[in-house]
Amino acid sequence: MIHSDLYVWMIIAGLSLGSFAIRFSFLGFIGDRQLPKPLERALGYTSVAILPGIAMPMVLSSSTGEIEPIRLIAACLTLLVGAWTRSLLYSLLAGILSYSILMAVF
Amino acid sequence: MFGRNTLFWQGARRGFISSLPFYIVMVPFGTLFGLLATEAGLNVLQVMGFSFAVLAGAAQITAVTLMEENAPTVIILATSLAVNLRMGMYSAALVPLIGKAKLWQRVLASYWIFDQSYAVTALEHNKNPNLTLDERLGVFFGVAIPVSSLWYLGTYLGAVVGNQIPVELGLEFAVPVTFLALVAPLLRSIPHLLAALTSVVFTLLFADFPFSSGLLVAGVMALAVGYLSEVWIEHRLSKEGV
Repeated sequence: MIHSDLYVWMIIAGLSLGSFAIRFSFLGFIGDRQLPKPLERALGYTSVAILPGIAMPMVLSSSTGEIEPIRLIAACLTLLVGAWTRSLLYSLLAGILSYSILMAVF
Repeated sequence: MFGRNTLFWQGARRGFISSLPFYIVMVPFGTLFGLLATEAGLNVLQVMGFSFAVLAGAAQITAVTLMEENAPTVIILATSLAVNLRMGMYSAALVPLIGKAKLWQRVLASYWIFDQSYAVTALEHNKNPNLTLDERLGVFFGVAIPVSSLWYLGTYLGAVVGNQIPVELGLEFAVPVTFLALVAPLLRSIPHLLAALTSVVFTLLFADFPFSSGLLVAGVMALAVGYLSEVWIEHRLSKEGV
């Protein structure tokens, strides 16, 4: 499928301007002004409020449409090792290695 | 601030090292986008334009998937930008961390806000609340610039080398694992655990919400759960006089 150059570049321009506006919104316009204390404390939970919501549906979905126990086990190990060691690296290694080993064995 | 051994560079080294684990997924993930975009009919210049100008994996993949279906421009923009709305939350969450930086630094940082750059900066801040502004900026850019460079490189490989690379290999599991590894070190307090649980349960329940808004609605609920449980625990502790 060949698209017109204009169509493609319009989408790229629109997406990049829109994405920058979203990203600049708070950091750019609020800057060093103080956020309300409760909001600031709530925003401290942003990582745990968003990333698990992106990751878990991907863990639970698979090409067969059924939940794969191996993925679920590897995901749990990722979380346990990460919480235990407080290390991003060990957490990731636990997930990838356990997944590879379980896939090779079963 | 850019002298050799300044706090900025110490932070940058810290960010660079912390983000090394992501290097294994960025190139294949970028390659996957390059492939999908090429299949959707984009030339190399357009593929690279996408990655440099937009710099957001999920939104870029959403856009080229819709382009392949010849969707109208407005629909493509709305759907892909909706995927990027979570960056607005990162932007807000970065205010207490790097909001005091100069305007040009905040403009640059805004371009480079994505999941890993925000999450590693927040994680380093959580581990070391005494980091200075320059160190935090260093961490942020120490993650953002190398990781995004690999994304550009992967995209280029996908567009040029094409489908000779078996990109799907394990990637569909490696990507969510990197996200879990970013939050796992935080799951040592009850409010963080409750917030993460809220995020997962309600994102799954709201899976059918239009324009992928379920993730955001669940995310805002999770912020509230985290904050309220923190306040509640604080209240209990102060009553017990601990």
